[in-house]
Formats: sequence, C-alpha cells, structure tokens
Amino acid sequence: MTLDQLNIGEKAKVTGYCRENPQILRRILEMGLVRGTEVEVARFSPMGDPMEIAVKGYLLSVRLSEASLIEIDSY
Amino acid sequence: MTSQPTVVLIGNPNTGKTTLFNALTGLSQRTGNFPGVTVEKKVGTLDLGHLRLDLIDLPGTYSLAANSPDEIVATDVLLGQQEGTTPPDLVIVVADASNLERNLYLTTQVLECSLPVILVLNMYDLAVADGLEINTDLLSRELGCQVVPVIANKGEGINELQETIEQCLEKDPSVFHLQLGAPVEDGIHQLLNFFNDCSDQLIAPIHRVEVLRLLIDEGGIVEQRLLEIFGEPLDSHLNQIRQKISEEGTDLLLVEPETRYQKIGEIIKICVNRKQENLDLTVSDRVDRFLTHPLGGTMAFLVLMAVVFQAIYKWAVPLMDLIDGSFGWLGDLVSLLIPEGAIQSLIVDGVIAGVGGVAIFLPQIVILFGFIAVLEDCGYMARAAFLMDRLMSWAGLSGKSFVPMLSSFACAIPGVMATRVIENRRDRFTTILVAPLMSCSARLPVYTIMIAAFIPAKPVLGFFGLQGITLLAMYMIGVVVAIPVAWLFKKTILRGETPPFVMEMPPYKIPDLKTIILRMLDRGKQFLVDAGTIIFATTVLIWGLLYYPRPQSISDQYDQKAAEIQSQTLSQDKREEQLNTNSKAEAGAFLRQSVLGRLGKFIEPVVKPLGWDWKVGIAVIASFPAREVVVATLGIIYNLGSEESEESENLRQKMRNATWDDDLNQKVFTPIVALSVMVFFALCAQCAATLAVIKRETGSWKWPVFTFSYMTILAYCAALITYQIGNLLI
Repeated sequence: MTLDQLNIGEKAKVTGYCRENPQILRRILEMGLVRGTEVEVARFSPMGDPMEIAVKGYLLSVRLSEASLIEIDSY
Repeated sequence: MTSQPTVVLIGNPNTGKTTLFNALTGLSQRTGNFPGVTVEKKVGTLDLGHLRLDLIDLPGTYSLAANSPDEIVATDVLLGQQEGTTPPDLVIVVADASNLERNLYLTTQVLECSLPVILVLNMYDLAVADGLEINTDLLSRELGCQVVPVIANKGEGINELQETIEQCLEKDPSVFHLQLGAPVEDGIHQLLNFFNDCSDQLIAPIHRVEVLRLLIDEGGIVEQRLLEIFGEPLDSHLNQIRQKISEEGTDLLLVEPETRYQKIGEIIKICVNRKQENLDLTVSDRVDRFLTHPLGGTMAFLVLMAVVFQAIYKWAVPLMDLIDGSFGWLGDLVSLLIPEGAIQSLIVDGVIAGVGGVAIFLPQIVILFGFIAVLEDCGYMARAAFLMDRLMSWAGLSGKSFVPMLSSFACAIPGVMATRVIENRRDRFTTILVAPLMSCSARLPVYTIMIAAFIPAKPVLGFFGLQGITLLAMYMIGVVVAIPVAWLFKKTILRGETPPFVMEMPPYKIPDLKTIILRMLDRGKQFLVDAGTIIFATTVLIWGLLYYPRPQSISDQYDQKAAEIQSQTLSQDKREEQLNTNSKAEAGAFLRQSVLGRLGKFIEPVVKPLGWDWKVGIAVIASFPAREVVVATLGIIYNLGSEESEESENLRQKMRNATWDDDLNQKVFTPIVALSVMVFFALCAQCAATLAVIKRETGSWKWPVFTFSYMTILAYCAALITYQIGNLLI
C-alpha cells in the first residue's frame, strides 16, 4: 500500500519507497519521512490533490504522485 | 571588503529567521544578490557596542544536500566557497523550538562544517505552550554547541544571544560528527585521499562535508562541479566506491537521512520532555479546518484574492494619481522656468516624464508586497499554494505560481518580483515569462479608448453589452494564451523534472510588523534603483527618436502661420483657438519628420496586414516604454497635442475620421482594426519597466529579450489572425 491511498484521519508507518525519482525521494527523506516514521493524513486539497499529512510533529503537503512513492503499513 | 568578523544566519524556512535577522540588525541591512546567481543576499551590521559584525542572512533551507540554488549558496557560504563572501567566523542556526526534530536535521549537518556554531531555539514560547520542556544544557552538551532560547518577535533572548555571539567568536569550531557506518566512512576516506593527491587542482582544500555530498547526492551539484574539474578519473573512482558500498549492503539514498534522524531521535529523547500529549486540536488546526475546507476555504481564498487584487488595482490609484499629478505639476513648472526648445523638451518630456513613469508603479509594488509579506509571515501563503496547486498543474506549474500570476493582472512588475517565493528555478522562470501576458492595468486605457470609439454599444444576450464583452474577452485572452505557452516552455526551454511539491504547512501566527514594513521598503527601493535606471534610459531614448530631427523650415512655416493669425482681426477666443490648432499641427508635422515618424513609414508594409497604417505603427513603437503611452502618442499623431486622456471625445472623433494617406475615402479604423490593435496590446510586451524587472530578477538580459521577442511575435500573429479572419466574417 502507498501513502496516497489513505483516507483522512488514517495513520500508517513508512516501510519503503519506490525508486523511480531519487530527486523527489531525497527531499521526502530530508523532511523526515524515513522508514519507521508514523504519518497521519490531515486533509486533502479541495481539488483532491495535494494531500496534507502530519509527520514528526508538523504538517507537510505532498502531491498524490509524490505520496505514491512512499510505501506504508496502515494501522 | 571589510575586516569585520562575518556571522551567517541559517535555518529552515518558517523558523522566524528573518524576524531574528531584523531584531539583530535593525535598519542597517542591505539587500543584493550573491554574484552569479539570483539568490538574494541580505547583509546587516550587528552592533555589539565595542565590536561590529557583518551578519549574512542565508536563504531558508531544509538541508545542505544542494537541490536548489538557495541550498547551493547556503552550502557554498558555509564552506567558504561563495564568491565575494568571506568564510564565516561563526554560524547561527535558527530552529523552530516547537518543531525541533526536523530542524535538527539541518542543524546537525551545519555542525559538521567545522565552524563555531550557536543554535537558536526560536519561538520558544510556542514550544512551551505545546507542552514541551527542552533541557537546553543537555542539548548543548549533546550537540557540542551553545544553545540559546529566543522569542525573536517579542525581542526576548536577544541580549543573551548577543552575549553568546561575542563569547563564541573565540570558541573552537564544532566537532559534531555523524558516523554513517564503515562502508560509507571508508568511501569518504578514499575520496579524501584522491583529492589530497591532486589538491593542486583545487582552490581550497576539500572539506569532508563536500566529499560526503559528492558521494551521496548522485547527479547532484557537487558531483557536477567536481567532475568538471577532475573528469574521468574521479568519475570511475566514484562509481567504483558507490558500487562497493551498495555491495556491502548500504543504501546510499537512505543512509544519511535514516542515520541522521535516528541520532536526532536519541538526542530528542534525552533533551526534550513532552509534558502532556497534546490531544486537543491546536488553534492552527482549527483555522486550517476552515481555510482549507472545500467550500469555506475556497470562498475565503477567493475573497482574499479579490481584496488583494482590488488593493493593487483600485486602492493604489489615489496614490498613483498623486504621483502622476506631482510630476505633471513639476513638468509644468519647469516648462515655465526653462525656455521652449530641446532642453525644455528633454527635461519635461524625457527626464520628468521618465522618472514619473517609473515612480508611478511604486504604490502598487509596495501595497502588493505588504500583502504578500503578511500572507507569508502568518502562514497563509503555503495554504494558498495547497489550494491552487492542482489548477496550476494544468499549465505545468505549481501552486506557488498562483499569487504572482494573479498580481500580474494589476501589474506584471510586482508579479514578477513576487516569483521569489518559488524555489524551483524552472518554475520561477516560466512564471516570470508568462506573467506579462496577464492583462495589467496599463492595458486598460488602450482597451477603453478603442472600445469607446469603435465597438458599438449593442446589447448581446439580453443584458450583456458588446462593449463589456469585448473588455472581458481582452482580459481572458492573456489567461487562455498563458496556459499553453507556460506548458510549452516547461516542455522545451525550461524542461526538467517536475519539482517536488513537498512543502511544509507552518502553524499560523501573528505576522511581525517590523518584518513586513522592512520588506515593503526594501522591495520599493530595489525597484526604483535597479529597474528605474533602465526604464528611465528607455524613455529618454524614445523621446529623442520622437523629437529629432527638427528642420527649421517646419517651425518657420508654422511661425509664419501664427503671425498671420495674430494679424487678423478676431475675437480673443477665436484667436486662441486658431493658435492652438496651429501649434498642434506644428507638433504633428515635426513628428512626421522625426526618426520614429520615418521609421513608421518604413515599417508600414509590416503592419499593413494587421490593418494598421503607419501612424498606428509608430504609436505602437513609441509605446515601448509603457503601453498607456500609446494614448498620448495617438494624440500627438492625430495632431491634437500631447495632453490627451482616454476620456477625450476629441481624440475619439479624430480617430474615427482618420483615413489612409493614399485613399482618403477609406477609414483607417473599423471595429476589426480596433480589435486587432487591442489584441496586439493584450499580448505584446510593450513595457520597459517589466522587461527591466525581468532582467533584475533573472540576472541576465537573455530573458527580457526572449520575453519581448516571443510576446511580440505572439501579439503580431494574433493581431494578424484577428484582422484577417474578422474581415472574412464581415
């Protein structure tokens, strides 16, 4: 399962990544989405994309295409 | 430049870094660019009483892994490799105390640069309110640097910080070092040996941090730069090392962030105590529930944007009129003081009109930047980008391009300047290139006069008028054209990978008044000084082309006529009127003789397919400094003197009656020709001020030249199509 498939309020743990875009992945990792990190979906933009997630005590917005690079285990 | 010690300020965006910078330096700051790049450099003087320091504010960055120009500059300055900047004597890292974990990522990277470091925990009050207890002594011991809690917007902790700065200048550099495991450490060691063996090719000895970036950031800036110097030997060596590391089971992409965040997790565990888990919705979250709500949020956004737009479009008008009036008054005054002739015309029509033409944009710029500063500082700008990202993605851009684009409807100048919020260079440049396509307020006079004179006031579909619909169409055309143009640029000249929209949504806070005012003043000053000179030069040049040459025969001829009028027995009013007409005719005759007038004749074959005669042609050329100048120029051309305004009934009448030189029965202007002129003005780049600002913001003449060329070609083609198809239909 990937991060973009979660609904509002759902929590999950980051487990791995899709490697197709290292540039974007590097930024995602720097922002704290390393393996084992807990994430929670806060909301989606009115047009459905991007999404906003809570991670390491702050809010981060990512496009669905970027969220789909992050593999998760949902709780 | 000076022998003053240099202190640099670095930190994540949204940590109140600028507020701290302002609190430390006050009004002593000056802004410029780092040489060779369009990254803003802010320098201020930090006065410690008996000691003065240069404080450099680096752009906000999340990491030293150089992905964007901002991050490259930050890394270069820290490692003493930035041209024109001395290596820092001390680094102050600004961190958001309530968001310590992510902020420590950059902090620990900076700590590895072997410089004395102070960590400032800003917005300490918010951390306390969130129930966080930070043990700064322990944190200081863990990181091996001084830690100072500060509340920059209230000025708390600033004195303590100043004392710490003074103490730390003498301190030893930081020795923090993150162990990335044997394979990576071995690789770094091997690379360091490689550079030691050929150190003669390097300007400065290479630092471990740089080698780390070279090894880890595959295809990154550091790799590109070093490969340029060392070529194939380094390339094969590097590939060999990378291969060995991955064979030993280490993932180069993950190793740094995972090890670093693990270390940070350990530090946080030791130093931070969360008193109670904050289960309540924070105020910020509650505000967000409304402001990013599909209905409420969209409505709030539209209302807010309407206010911003109204402010630059309408509220700036009284101030602009005041500036315009003052320069007009000054011109009149000078006309009285200096005798008529070339000098008077140069000063009044060239210098004063030129400076006035620059200064008139100031209210719009200052007002827009006031809004932008407030929206950015309070945290709404990130939400606006969040709301608009999908929409802007249709043009290949991100949500961050929305505010600059919207501002360009009022005026492209502040719009182009506002693109600084876009970190990605390609996105930023694409936005700059299409921003002038938005119908700015300077096009309105052109639309107004053309519509009033040539578009019949017929009702369409019941309550819409044809005139109103034409105006709306002119506003739409820019948007409709901008979408494919932006998309095309992103696919061709500015092609590259789609930048990530991985963006922090900072908590809402009350904006800092000092920061906002300083920003407004700074932007206004930058515009006046940098763009002003170019605009001014262009205006004077166009004046010269319109003024010279002035054959004596023409003035003799009209002087003689004036003498005839004087000698006739006429009533006072009649005489005044005839003299007036005579002097206007004289102005028209001079214009036809001028360089630009002749040029107009010369280019007539080019503009004829658009339905224009040579007079329209030169009016368009003469309006290069600013579109609205075309109204005045049309006035001069149709022998009315230069005191025309768009409400002028006279000018309308004259234009309606204008005929082709070679066929006096054929009118120049038809509704189709008027449309062709309007379409041209909707899409052309006839605005020296915008081009000057593009030069300033992109740091090169290449981009304004390109903007002017593509927009002129676009405008010409669109006007051609309008005229030719329009004629077929009617």
